[in-house]
Amino acid sequence: MKNLNSKVPKGPLADKWTTHKSNINLVSPANKRLIDIIVVGTGLAGASASATLAELGYNVKAFCFQDSPRRAHSIAAQGGINAAKNYQGDGDSTYRLFYDTIKGGDYRSREANVYRLAEVSSNIIDQCVAQGVPFARDYGGLLDNRSFGGVLVSRTFYAKGQTGQQLLLGAYSAMNRQIGRGKIKMYNRHEMMDIVIVDGKARGIISRNLINGNLERHSAHAIVIASGGYGNVFFLSTNAMGSNVSAGWKIHKKGAYFANPCFTQIHPTCIPVSGDHQSKLTLMSESLRNDGRIWVPKNIEDAKAIREGKLIPTEIIEKDRDYYLERRYPAFGNLVPRDVASRAAKERCDAGFGVNKTGEAVYLDFSSAIERYGKEEANVKGLDQNDSSLIKQLGQEVIKSKYGNLFQMYEKIIDQNPYETPMMIYPAVHYTMGGIWVDYNLMTSIPGCYCIGEANFSDHGANRLGASALMQGLADGYFVLPYTIGDYLSGDIRTGRISTETSEFKNAEENIKNQLEKLINNKGKNSVDYFHKKLGNVMWNKCGMSRNEKDLKEAIFEIIKLRQDFHKNINVPGTLDEFNEQLAKAMRVADFLELGELFAKDALARAESCGGHFREEFQTKEGEALRNDKSFNFVSVWEYKGKPSDANLIKERLHYEEIEVKTRSYK
Amino acid sequence: MKLTLKIWRQANSKVKGKLFEYSISDVSPDMSFLEMMDVLNEELIQKGDDPIAFDHDCREGICGMCSMFINGQAHGPDRLVTTCQLHMRKFKDGDTITIEPFRANAFPVIKDLVVDRSSFERIQQAGGFISINTSGNTQDANSIPIEKNDADDAFDAATCIGCGACVASCKNASAMLFVSAKVSQYALLPQGKVEATNRVLNMVKQMDEEGFGNCTNTGACEVECPKGISLENIARMNREYLGASIKSK
Repeated sequence: MKNLNSKVPKGPLADKWTTHKSNINLVSPANKRLIDIIVVGTGLAGASASATLAELGYNVKAFCFQDSPRRAHSIAAQGGINAAKNYQGDGDSTYRLFYDTIKGGDYRSREANVYRLAEVSSNIIDQCVAQGVPFARDYGGLLDNRSFGGVLVSRTFYAKGQTGQQLLLGAYSAMNRQIGRGKIKMYNRHEMMDIVIVDGKARGIISRNLINGNLERHSAHAIVIASGGYGNVFFLSTNAMGSNVSAGWKIHKKGAYFANPCFTQIHPTCIPVSGDHQSKLTLMSESLRNDGRIWVPKNIEDAKAIREGKLIPTEIIEKDRDYYLERRYPAFGNLVPRDVASRAAKERCDAGFGVNKTGEAVYLDFSSAIERYGKEEANVKGLDQNDSSLIKQLGQEVIKSKYGNLFQMYEKIIDQNPYETPMMIYPAVHYTMGGIWVDYNLMTSIPGCYCIGEANFSDHGANRLGASALMQGLADGYFVLPYTIGDYLSGDIRTGRISTETSEFKNAEENIKNQLEKLINNKGKNSVDYFHKKLGNVMWNKCGMSRNEKDLKEAIFEIIKLRQDFHKNINVPGTLDEFNEQLAKAMRVADFLELGELFAKDALARAESCGGHFREEFQTKEGEALRNDKSFNFVSVWEYKGKPSDANLIKERLHYEEIEVKTRSYK
Repeated sequence: MKLTLKIWRQANSKVKGKLFEYSISDVSPDMSFLEMMDVLNEELIQKGDDPIAFDHDCREGICGMCSMFINGQAHGPDRLVTTCQLHMRKFKDGDTITIEPFRANAFPVIKDLVVDRSSFERIQQAGGFISINTSGNTQDANSIPIEKNDADDAFDAATCIGCGACVASCKNASAMLFVSAKVSQYALLPQGKVEATNRVLNMVKQMDEEGFGNCTNTGACEVECPKGISLENIARMNREYLGASIKSK
């Protein structure tokens, strides 16, 4: 077994990052000009890293498969970004953000990384405001905050329901400045096909131009993978259609360890599935749980009548409604963390209380908030507080100003007016906490290969809190990687330009060419989507919101079979040298079919429930997750050994110095 | 529903394209437009035909990747939505739908319905940013109070998704709405004022070089914009441009 060194610096937790920054090696400005860095992916993590590295003076080559860096899926993040600014004076602090994140992650994340994340969080807000990100403000001109799940303070900064968009456009604008100056060379519509390792170090990639199919060799002194999460292994998720695991999976196969692959976040508030044609799922921001109350009918007959279209929700009187989150978790109510809210919804629907045709939906109701805001407004404006239609109108205006775009999106998709009737929601795959294993410096187990943002595993443990993904992406890209990468690159100042005319590059390119040719020449009978949907079904039914030993063993068996079937019967139309989306997708699905197996294997090995990983065998009498700290207080780190079933498990033990490990309770 | 689709097919930018007719049945009104296209493509693949290439990614109306000119309208007949959020309930059984790429000299066709919008990228690179390095030492975010109305207007301009519907809708293929949205966002914020003069001059210059047409204030762009970006932004950019032209040396 190879050595697993997380390289967490010594010293008190609060001083680790400052001390580490003062002690690591630097690269002089003159030498930075001689060093090339490749960044794969241009979401929040990749865009912020590319811009910052270029500002520092490195030569950056950035790659994205979309037609512009601005289209990376960070753009779709809605609700907000956390920062321990304590602008609201409600008792927030770096420690509290750190504590909430560790607790929210169910004590399965690395303490030092999480503390650093909390520490740099306020710099992110300063940086973004300086860049011109138009965060929401109050009438005094200062920044506004809102509250998110799993915490008791208001620390979330937001830009209506488009926070991810505004933050990504901020990072993209910083990139544009460097592209204009020639410090970043941008490769749009390019996909990374493999990493090239020379003398044990990451030295380049093979990319494919998606317009003409050309394979290209690119060399660099370090490679940064910022390719996002792998939720699309489930076929249906809130990820973008193109989101994929391939960059991460390719480096895994070349020596980067994959950590906690089974830790997946199922988001509680998504628009329910409408039919077999469904291509993806749409998220409704968690911020809606600030004002929306979640319920199902108390009586099973009412639920049945609703499903049959004989009853409408507004006809059910207050005492016949079961606000199950408020009932089960009085302290946090509708703002419990995502894993808890999702499981509670599944529990009610499995028990027969679901409220749409498929029985897989619960209500998210804004009527109390509309009334509350309406009365407040009437009071401020000195209007009649007993005029119920006026109150409703005033209240709806307030809700519109807060969540207008989300309500509009819901109406377009479901064709119902959520101001008048409660929204229907159901959990869906949203985010993957697991990912490539990295040390404290965000370097993978391949020297010179880094991994940042959702693609790595480091900060969210077994469950991520709302508004923390944006925080992590930007923390990694703006404030962590640009420091730590210098320490490694300081050893490379005499290396000079790396040639792409070596056998390593040639072999890697040849290998990819063969894989592509095999796919296109196979001419089998089933399309890429046929296999992707089948894989998604297995994953959702057997590795989804709740898991058990029997299902997981079956899943592994079925995925192996499906993978064999894929390589025998896949049909990829078109040619190699044209714009061919099916071909690009086939390569990605081939990787999902391998990752899926490791995912199930990891879920099987973790015989405990924690965060988003719920094993039915391990629960309390009340149906809450039962963690086993004695046996499973570790990160599951998988080493590739030729195929997923042979992957070797390495354990990174988790130590908590500044935090008492407790049973997570939101009651 | 049963529909007839007339779809623009073009192998690449060098060859000529033309409309091909397809028919599709069992279309559910709950499908999104792109899901209907997925179903058609699956049928084409099964038949051994080449599926239709179209751009798409997030499918929730925010990435700006999807395009399509549907029955003569960018993103189709519904208002304030992108093609991915357009649902088939907006069409009737038996309808014929014509689907073309976004057309403009500055948006060459890559294949079928996929166009090259990199001209937008180059305009942004010419000045769509605030020149500030990442340092962690910028001033505290709350040390610059910004009037709520200005912050809200800047936000509204900043919600542009860069899809190019404004260009496709304009009879002159002008990119004024897109460029003015970015210019406005920064012009409205104190952080952006420092380099406002150069920004507007450089971005407009690049826009002209890319071959976009001129603005004749017909307002089609505003009507078709999936994000409701207002024409006011064009007025603001014109004012900024005039001021900058007088001031610049």
